Amino acid sequence: MNIVACVKQVPDTEAQIKVKPDGSGIDESGIKWVMNPYDEYGVEEALRLKEKFGGEVTVVSLGPARVMETTRTALAMGSDKGIHICDPALDGADAYTTAAALAAAIAGIPHDIIFCGQRAIDDDSGQVGPILAELLGIPQLTVVTKADLDVDGKTIKAIRPIEGAQLLIEGTLPCVVTAQKGLNEPRYASLPGIMKAKKKPVDTKDAAALGVTVAVKAKVARFIPPPARAAGKIVGGDDPATKAAELARLLREEAKVI
Amino acid sequence: MAKGVWIVTEQRDGVLRKISFELASTARKLADQLGEEVCAILLGSGIEGIAGELSKYGVDKVYVADNAALEPYTTDAHAMAAAKVVKENDPSILLLGASIQGKDLSGRLVGKLATGMAADCTDVKIADSKLLATRPMYAGKCYGEIVFSSTPQMASLRPNVFPIVENPKAGTVVKFDPALDPSQLKTKVLEVQKDTSGKVDLTEANFIVSGGRGMKGPEGYQIIEGLADVIGATVGASRAAVDAGWRPLSDQVGQTGKVVSPNLYIACGISGAIQHLAGMSSSKYIVAVNKDPEAPIFAKADYGVVDDLFKIIPELTEACKKLLAE
Ligand SMILES: Cc1cc2nc3c(=O)[nH]c(=O)nc-3n(C[C@H](O)[C@H](O)[C@H](O)COP(=O)(O)OP(=O)(O)OC[C@H]3O[C@@H](n4cnc5c(N)ncnc54)[C@H](O)[C@@H]3O)c2cc1C
Ligand SMILES: Nc1ncnc2c1ncn2[C@@H]1O[C@H](COP(=O)(O)O)[C@@H](O)[C@H]1O
Repeated sequence: MNIVACVKQVPDTEAQIKVKPDGSGIDESGIKWVMNPYDEYGVEEALRLKEKFGGEVTVVSLGPARVMETTRTALAMGSDKGIHICDPALDGADAYTTAAALAAAIAGIPHDIIFCGQRAIDDDSGQVGPILAELLGIPQLTVVTKADLDVDGKTIKAIRPIEGAQLLIEGTLPCVVTAQKGLNEPRYASLPGIMKAKKKPVDTKDAAALGVTVAVKAKVARFIPPPARAAGKIVGGDDPATKAAELARLLREEAKVI
Repeated sequence: MAKGVWIVTEQRDGVLRKISFELASTARKLADQLGEEVCAILLGSGIEGIAGELSKYGVDKVYVADNAALEPYTTDAHAMAAAKVVKENDPSILLLGASIQGKDLSGRLVGKLATGMAADCTDVKIADSKLLATRPMYAGKCYGEIVFSSTPQMASLRPNVFPIVENPKAGTVVKFDPALDPSQLKTKVLEVQKDTSGKVDLTEANFIVSGGRGMKGPEGYQIIEGLADVIGATVGASRAAVDAGWRPLSDQVGQTGKVVSPNLYIACGISGAIQHLAGMSSSKYIVAVNKDPEAPIFAKADYGVVDDLFKIIPELTEACKKLLAE
């Protein structure tokens, strides 16, 4: 089984995000970079499939040189090899361009199943998985909390929670699966794993090598800080009953929400 | 030249979802500024009858594909049908909901239409006759203003953020053949397990009462459920409460949970970690009940109560009950 896991490097969830004064981007100084949490579920699921069905896991990531560290983390968890798409022309690439580059890299290798995160916690777009699936001409099963591959390796059944319901869906391979929390508990890289990862092959490619033309179709013209929230009120009172009554009154008379 | 503001509506079991009206109202506003029409795409089986409801919110034309293969929703069938009618009509703007279904469909459409898209927007407007979309990034730690260099200019709208405005139009219905190619339908829905509690989903809720580690255990949530029942709220939770097994995963609010934007969010026994705030800071009003005056949640709260939640919440429930009975 040829398994692919798309892995994006993103700022740690603790990171304070500061917008550059000219609004051209975020200030990256001091940011700790980690694997997108949803991609950890994808890598873990890829490794579990490999353990069950045999085969190989290839990690594909797009981004600047620092991304290699995250690729190594995925290799240390047990993935076999990596493709690193690295090209300054792809900095700030939109979802379409990113997916086009990933698709070009993946089209060049055998692939039965491709894992993505259900969204990346930096751009929060959740678009790359579906665009990638379309560009590869294969089905997608998105926001999945459980995935069962049939023994014949030809179809997959997945649980997909939606608003107010849970779906059991079935798709044929090859396909793209986007991972949601709940899919599994990602493993940590072991020390021997980290040692082995250093010797695993990572192929670095630029846009030209992949035959991708960069034509950004949607771009962030300006980054802005979040709207400031006015300072709140601490509701006073001598005892819980008074405070609660005052809060209820404020919600009704001032905020007019209840 | 590309023309018209289009929306992809969402229906389930023959009932239009609220997001569809949010989309229609928003599209109307944009179209009026451009002097263009609003057209809606409605896909499903046996749904022609509900098309008229959309014209109440400003839709001029509803393109309906009524086909057994479009029910229930699958990515392949809906993307094929929507892409066909969009390509034939060349709209300048195409809006979808940033619901779970909308997100699944929008990416696929971006691929089929080879265009640019801004996901999960909290504001859209027209600037220089073009779409300017504003969206939270880095879990709301900053915002981005998105501009487009291809059409349709696509954006998905965060549920519950855009107002629903009545604006009746004559409304015509145009039936179209989705031209589905059965060999391209590669996924199917085997089973739908409905949540029978009748609760509104967190992402669509107007009121949310959330509990965190301060609830002390699963039993603590009874008082939260009590308050939620009185004000008609959905119950949410912090990751600490979910990880402790007190609440199901589907209740988690935050950066790795659900992103919510209710009118009122009441956080009980939640400290306000950056990852939690990421999921709820676009709520209109935030209330925090926490016994620690230093808890970071108070910096985001419109109203804060520093006290034991086990005393405050039951009193608040009674006070709300009284007010609502007036
Ligand atoms: C990668 C990553 C992703 C994460 N994603 C999320 C996410 O999506 N959502 C999320 O919520 N968290 C997330 N977290 C976890 C987050 O960092 C916090 O650990 C979590 O939000 C804490 O939950 P809490 O506020 O319930 O608990 P605590 O931080 O322990 O706070 C409990 C609060 O309850 C108060 N309290 C206790 N008893 C009472 C009482 N009787 N009356 C009143 N107040 C009381 C205390 O004063 C305290 O402020 C994530 C963390 C990481 C590393
Ligand atoms: N630059 C990238 N490199 C590798 N994978 C990516 C990249 N961008 C997005 N992805 C994949 O697509 C998923 C969704 O990303 P997004 O659409 O940006 O929210 C991520 O969880 C990754 O699995």
